[in-house]
Amino acid sequence: MSIIQDAVKTAVRFVPDRWLPGASPDPLREKHGLLGAPISRVDGPLKVAGQARFAAEVPMEGLAYATLVHSTIARGHITSLDTSKAEAAPGVVLVMTHENAPRMNAPAMFMSRPDAVGASDLPVMQNRDIHWNGEPVALVLAETQEQADHAATLVKVEYESATAVTDFQAAKLAAHHPQSILGEPPLFEIGDAEKELNEAHHRVDLVFRTPRHNHNAIELHGATVRWDGDELTVHDATQMLNGTAGTLAEIFGINPDQVHVSSPYVGGGFGGKALWNHQILAAAASRLSGRPVRIVLSRESVFRIVGGRTTTEQRVALGAERNGSLRALIHTGTVAMTEHNNCPEQFTFPARHLYASKSFRLEQSVADMDMMANTFMRAPGESVGTFALECALDELAEQMELDPIELRRRIEPEKDPTSNNPFSSRYLLQCFEQGGERFGWNRRDPKPGARREGEWLVGLGCATGTYPYHRMPGGSARIRIEADGSAVVSTAVHEMGMGTATVQAQAAAARLGLPLEKVRFDYGDTSLPKGVLAGGSTQTASISAAVIAANDELVKELIRLAGNDSPLAGLGADKLEARDEGLASVDEPGRHETYASILARAGRDHLEVEAAAPPPLEMMKYSMHSTAAQFAEVRVNSVTGEVRVCRMLGSFDCGRILNAKTATSQFRGGMIMGIGLALTEETLFDPRSGRIMNPSLAEYHVPVHMDVPEIEVMWTDIPDPHAPLGARGIGEIGITGVAAAIANAVYNATGRRVRDLPITLDKLL
Amino acid sequence: MRFTINDKPVEAEFDPRTSLLDLLRDHLGLTGSKKGCNQGACGACTVLVDGERINSCLALAVQYQGRAITTVEGLGQTGSLHPLQQAFVEHDGFQCGYCTPGQLCSAIGMAGEAARGVPSVVTADLGDETVTLSHDELRERMSGNLCRCGAYNGIIDAITETFAADGSQKGDAGARKAA
Ligand code: FES
Ligand code: FES
Repeated sequence: MSIIQDAVKTAVRFVPDRWLPGASPDPLREKHGLLGAPISRVDGPLKVAGQARFAAEVPMEGLAYATLVHSTIARGHITSLDTSKAEAAPGVVLVMTHENAPRMNAPAMFMSRPDAVGASDLPVMQNRDIHWNGEPVALVLAETQEQADHAATLVKVEYESATAVTDFQAAKLAAHHPQSILGEPPLFEIGDAEKELNEAHHRVDLVFRTPRHNHNAIELHGATVRWDGDELTVHDATQMLNGTAGTLAEIFGINPDQVHVSSPYVGGGFGGKALWNHQILAAAASRLSGRPVRIVLSRESVFRIVGGRTTTEQRVALGAERNGSLRALIHTGTVAMTEHNNCPEQFTFPARHLYASKSFRLEQSVADMDMMANTFMRAPGESVGTFALECALDELAEQMELDPIELRRRIEPEKDPTSNNPFSSRYLLQCFEQGGERFGWNRRDPKPGARREGEWLVGLGCATGTYPYHRMPGGSARIRIEADGSAVVSTAVHEMGMGTATVQAQAAAARLGLPLEKVRFDYGDTSLPKGVLAGGSTQTASISAAVIAANDELVKELIRLAGNDSPLAGLGADKLEARDEGLASVDEPGRHETYASILARAGRDHLEVEAAAPPPLEMMKYSMHSTAAQFAEVRVNSVTGEVRVCRMLGSFDCGRILNAKTATSQFRGGMIMGIGLALTEETLFDPRSGRIMNPSLAEYHVPVHMDVPEIEVMWTDIPDPHAPLGARGIGEIGITGVAAAIANAVYNATGRRVRDLPITLDKLL
Repeated sequence: MRFTINDKPVEAEFDPRTSLLDLLRDHLGLTGSKKGCNQGACGACTVLVDGERINSCLALAVQYQGRAITTVEGLGQTGSLHPLQQAFVEHDGFQCGYCTPGQLCSAIGMAGEAARGVPSVVTADLGDETVTLSHDELRERMSGNLCRCGAYNGIIDAITETFAADGSQKGDAGARKAA
């Protein structure tokens, strides 16, 4: 945290809410009807009909197809390149290597500037140096994909290897504090936690390990690109439209408004659909060849050039008094990272906000490795951090002979335990109570191994899930009212399946007092007002804040246009509400005029306003976090060690739920990814060569239908008074706590504590 | 080379190395069938050939001349959706929608297999003439179609609603391509 940010935070703490832009409660947060209703996805019919066009499906005249060639060493340089055979192969347009690639600036690294989204700051194919095993060394462009794929096998590359750091255990010896952990200090302490731990009546002191993971969205990364003079068009699968345009512009030395990025449909993102080498290389090859280019990565190429979640080694030590209160909460550890990226997998973040403790020691280090830059993947930090913290709590509860839910009751904090800020809204214990009751938690026998059905041992487990509220600064929205009173709301944001298009249309209809059929939400294109990126569960709140700002402008304009002949004459914005396709007096329901009538009287065929969201100061005044109680029932085969999850329940407190149908899917989707995290997922990284050894969906095991049981979800639906729409975001929290709930259930079933993910059967034999 | 795709005759000339999936997507503009791995691991490319489900990424297009190929575009279009497509919308059987065409074609082929009594690893009685599509049968039989968004529960609900638990199909359209 910078000194300036710190100072602002301190100052904001004393400012009354009404002075904070964006911090005064959104009147919509209490409104029911359209908001919260289980509306089916507005883009559903297109998607089930196969008519939604994804990035690699956009038709273009004269397309050439690209294939990448990857380095086979982790560090060193290219000594010779022979592209002659590839160039002579049928259909080949060109072979691009560092020798003939256009000169390009290195990508600006994510968070180095507001619009920078480079996943790493390494130059792309600009010299002979190799930085990771899998780095692209050539791109082959041909008339068809088959020709490009074949010619790529004919490129001959020789290397001279340099000593590479590819073993995490060795790299750990030189681990160091990063400059910051996403703006927070790498070491945070209250009191002397080690001393308190030693003096505590009950103690656990444990080490947990989590492996690398890959997002593995089913849509392969792909782009269709074209240059018209110095104007670049990119049909991309991305969760960061404006950032991609800005960063690409700088790479190619053009203005951001010369780059047009379009991405109306994204086949899953989870943090992975970002700006990687392939869009940059496709644009470079297009420039070099003068042809429009399509690049679709093979699944192997996705593993080679799209980073995933990094590996972590975490220590959690808890010291408790006899009465259950915590004396010490220690969460420390190390992750693998590169020198060229900034993504420290903030696994200590849950411990900053979840529980009261007399002392804290929270510390994260990074070990630099020569590998593909790791990146954000669904609930970066919180997913694997809650695994360690919540398993440790389960072990502590057992030692204290306390029910794990009762332990959480005793350590529930009154305010944020590390920032001391008040919680904006927190109902974790309610989640546990209601979820536990529904799940039948009281039927759990705390004695491990007590329930056996034939070969199968059955166990129950629970854990806390959590994810912070964030609102991204810098987004704008436009509202356009047509002569017939219908509205189009637009901003350059993303729909990767979260339900953005549907929920934003619902919210806009509720805000404007229009039926859903009279509202359209436009998104997915940089020609629209600048949007925010889709990540960190921030999009809904960030868009909504911009729409609120635009709506304020709209009401002002409508008052002006309505003039003195309107039934609304003389009423200020604070005396007006949107209702029945127009504006109405809050106090005198009879005074009402429709948008269509206001526009007609003013002789206007439309009205258009645009505004930017105010800065997210509410985050500085309040501790804003969603929480959840996750429950799992597992069966473990006593002969084979096979683990089956047979029942799950997630009980969530995320503020208002804006669409019961899409929210259920999003929660379940996160929980299902949590099953993978717990039981099957692992990117195998060879410590000798730095090469990923299972770059395929056949060998990287994501959950399949048979792995997924009935999953119940429930939520408090209590609006957060300080979040737009009362909603804190739900994209990530589903995965948090799940691995711990499953691991704790496995313990309850078998008496075996597995602290090393994934919990594969060999670890239970 | 001549093909029958979605009941229409189609002629195309192409590199004999082309997969059926690439033929559909790159040469014929039928991009409803999706590519998630190109190696038979995800099921996104599932299409029906004479009513049976196949991974079109593992099929050489030239081998499918003269066969009846059905892609998601042939099931139903917006405005005239197949009952299963409609059920996917209602039960939210997808999020990003990328695995969806494969799930749809696979489910239709799967229902046909069950109706013909083809057993799966969870079928209790291998002698049965038709298989009842229980929750476990459905999950097992659909496990070749990955959904990273995790829309599995909605998918199973949609299939259950469309193809009644006795394996028979609801509505004529449901049976149309599953013969
Ligand atoms: S694309 Fe054919 S199975 Fe994955
Ligand atoms: S809906 Fe996204 S992969 Fe299934």
